[in-house]
Amino acid sequence: MTYIAKPKFHHPGLKKNELGYTHRDYEGKISTLCAGCGHDSITASIIEACYELSIEPHRVAKISGIGCSSKTPDYFLGNSHGFNSVHGRMPSVLTGANLANRDLIYLGVSGDGDSASIGFGQFAHSIRRGVNMTYIVENNGVYGLTKGQFSATADRGSKSKKGVTNTDNAIDLVAIALQLGATFVARSFSGDKSQLVPLIAAAIGHKGASFIDVISPCIAFNNHAGSTKSFDYVREHNDAVNRLDVLVGRDPIAVDYAPGTVQVVEQHDGSKIALRKIDADYDPHDRLGAQTFLQKHAAKGQIVTGLLYVDPDAEDLHAHLNTVETPLNSLEADTLCPGSAALDKFNASLR
Amino acid sequence: MPDKKPISSVNDFVVRFANVNGSGSASANEMFARAILRHGVPVSPRNIFPSNIQGLPTWYEVRVTEAGHLGARGGVDMMVAMNPQTWDKDIAGIEPGGYLFYDSTKPMPSTKFRDDITVIGVPLTAITNSTYTDPRQRQLFKNIIYLGSLSALLDMDPKLIEQLIGEQYKGKEKLLSSNVHALHLGRDWALQNLKCPIGLRVKKSDKVGDRIFIEGNSAAALGAVYGGATVCAWYPITPSSSVAEAFTAHCKKYRHDPATGQAKYAIVQGEDELASIGIVIGASWNGARAFTATSGPGVSLMTEFIGLSYFAEIPAVIMNIQRAGPSTGMPTRTQQCDIIACAYASHGDTKHVLLFPEDPAEAFEFAAAAFDLAERLQTTIFLMLDLDIGMNHRLCRPLKWDDSKQYDRGKVMTAEMLDEGRDFGRYLDVDGDGIPYRTYPGTHPTKGAYFTRGTSRDRYARYSEEGSVYADNMQRLVRKFETAQDLVPRPLQANAAKPTKYGVIYFGSTSPAMDEAIGLLETRGHQLDRLRIRAFPFHSSVASFLAEHDFVYVVEQNRDSQLRQLIVNENGIDPVRLVPIVHYDGTPITARYIAKAIGDHQDHLKVTPLRKAVS
Repeated sequence: MTYIAKPKFHHPGLKKNELGYTHRDYEGKISTLCAGCGHDSITASIIEACYELSIEPHRVAKISGIGCSSKTPDYFLGNSHGFNSVHGRMPSVLTGANLANRDLIYLGVSGDGDSASIGFGQFAHSIRRGVNMTYIVENNGVYGLTKGQFSATADRGSKSKKGVTNTDNAIDLVAIALQLGATFVARSFSGDKSQLVPLIAAAIGHKGASFIDVISPCIAFNNHAGSTKSFDYVREHNDAVNRLDVLVGRDPIAVDYAPGTVQVVEQHDGSKIALRKIDADYDPHDRLGAQTFLQKHAAKGQIVTGLLYVDPDAEDLHAHLNTVETPLNSLEADTLCPGSAALDKFNASLR
Repeated sequence: MPDKKPISSVNDFVVRFANVNGSGSASANEMFARAILRHGVPVSPRNIFPSNIQGLPTWYEVRVTEAGHLGARGGVDMMVAMNPQTWDKDIAGIEPGGYLFYDSTKPMPSTKFRDDITVIGVPLTAITNSTYTDPRQRQLFKNIIYLGSLSALLDMDPKLIEQLIGEQYKGKEKLLSSNVHALHLGRDWALQNLKCPIGLRVKKSDKVGDRIFIEGNSAAALGAVYGGATVCAWYPITPSSSVAEAFTAHCKKYRHDPATGQAKYAIVQGEDELASIGIVIGASWNGARAFTATSGPGVSLMTEFIGLSYFAEIPAVIMNIQRAGPSTGMPTRTQQCDIIACAYASHGDTKHVLLFPEDPAEAFEFAAAAFDLAERLQTTIFLMLDLDIGMNHRLCRPLKWDDSKQYDRGKVMTAEMLDEGRDFGRYLDVDGDGIPYRTYPGTHPTKGAYFTRGTSRDRYARYSEEGSVYADNMQRLVRKFETAQDLVPRPLQANAAKPTKYGVIYFGSTSPAMDEAIGLLETRGHQLDRLRIRAFPFHSSVASFLAEHDFVYVVEQNRDSQLRQLIVNENGIDPVRLVPIVHYDGTPITARYIAKAIGDHQDHLKVTPLRKAVS
């Protein structure tokens, strides 16, 4: 949210995607977040992913709650409708928007305060309903806008900027998302764009509830020794299970990685995720295995990143409700209203 | 023989059934009411039930009223006392000369009766036990057996009841025949052992006409179907749950694509009221017609979002089926007690549109209209029902729909309009009515996108904390609310037969009792002009009505006279001229209550001062 608009000038030599859009077409207003904020890196990754997927920017609805992270939708996809709702309630607003028009792409952006505290319930229920969305939590473990209080994702034993030790257990949103039935679950780090961009691209292509927890250090209040959400800590403890590429298009998929180390997952929209396995034993189709893997590494203080679980055959809320293909918001009286003849019959049944 | 002459009345009496919740009596009692309707005699039934599932007392009252009075009358002419737990209270409630119907299988001491009533004992348990062995059958058929006995005592046509049973169990021949058999068991026993009919009688008439018998919640839900609602998000709460359940049933009937079987609607049971209104707001923001149904505690939870709807100007429809509050209050008792909470819901300066239907027919019409209003005004619209309308069957005029009607989607700027070069400022007041244009997400590749937020912004939806920008927006919202005055249903005025300087204002479910009370007041010599308020913001005719009368009674079902407060607040008039008439014990207000309260006040006004002593 800023008063400052970006200049509209485009360099004529900017690279264009399939639709003829440049990166600039996926940008929004100038960020007013602190310089170095991890959230701005996530914004950049969202822009990159949408550019690479050749998404029409106005076909995306970007919805958020309240907080630093929730301000970010103003900083990307300036030609998209955005909605800064109320604290923690992004998931319900997104669910309603999705029900109204199934044809748009829904990007939910939230924070750890937003999703793990006040909005924990809404986070959980939107996941279990299988809302077709990409739900990104920009997770810095701290309340930035109110200046440094612990959030519910802050690790037990970690320290605040003021030196206070957190004595509460942390909520691991990835573990919860897995347990609740999310059909695309990933974790990444705002400083690892090469991992995050394809994750976001794959999540957008996934038809179902996609959840990405992105560790995003708060430069002002949570980037010090003693924090487990700082740039240094995450770099030192990051354990990636895989690297991936998202391949979109009709051309044959050429995978040039060594046999046995690459797994291709085809999604509903035709996109393919090529997973380069780093951990040879890791199977991203095993929900229970993913949960166990996550817990084991968490106990060792390691932050597991990558695509942790995917169900390529997932169904979304519209499939569960068996709604018509035509978006509900475009149905008019001639389709919706049963008319006076039906009403006369109804009246007759009540006498 | 009782020491008071038994009441003798044809087609004008009150029967109350006292039962134990969970005993399966509801369908038999409702069948009793419907059977009288089939005689062409209007009825006004009320279900008085506890907020639990089984065991506690429940009552079902049927007012048989050839005159067509649909409000509660008060008093009981015949008590069907099937609950030992409430026996003493039930007996005490019978009008002198009234009738007590009870299960006489076990003898009762004479002290348990009254000398001024007629006692009618039928050995229901004995009859039931001698016929049925299955415990559940014994419980259920006992209800049908007492229905049979009552039909004989009240001279009802058994064929009409058989017809009802036939409709209820169509295609289930075994159940049909067993119910008819139970009906005749009770009826035959009464005819053979009692003096039938008694003083209370049902005689065939033609006073029902083409009216229908429906619950307000079902009618409101159908109004949502006809009004084009495609998204419903709700969370169960008494007495509103049946709105969403009825909407589901209506949609299954009317809203499935015949070719694919797919649904032209989406219904989500939210995890709470906050999620429900959030889904409604998200769907409405994206151009679908959406609503939720709730009650007072739910409105409390929704208020943050309601403030967002007001300030960010997003349509929403909330059907509030009011019950006795505050807090959990009396969840299964009726009140009109959320007026202030809804009119000014949320923090900051807010005002919301309220609609007050008087019966199911208006509940249907206003529910459908609420979606037009929500989109036209881009704000929350409250449909204010209460338990008395919502969960009780009411006789009302048939539901009507004009097939030429198109939905009013309000000011929506399309891609074509944007391409024409129209200036799109999300919060620009282009027409001077306070209502801006909006665009739906996905409308245009490069034009018309905006950021919706609860924070202050300028006319072009750009974030701003400038005081003048904020004030400009708040003033426009006031203009929009003034525009709403002429869009909402207008008050209906009915003048007394003779000129009078006294008036009465009322609304919603108070209406039938008020209509009847006017007649009672006339018999006491009091003339009153009436104004039935049907919406907030108040139309200018409300101020005119107040100006034209010295005193105006405001009749409502809450402790603090909330509508009166709202009138005083919004019209800036002397509160002394508005006399509160309130009723708030959770039972529906009665004509007798209103007539006494207003009549006593009027009598005081007519007191002539004693002549001064001449010195």
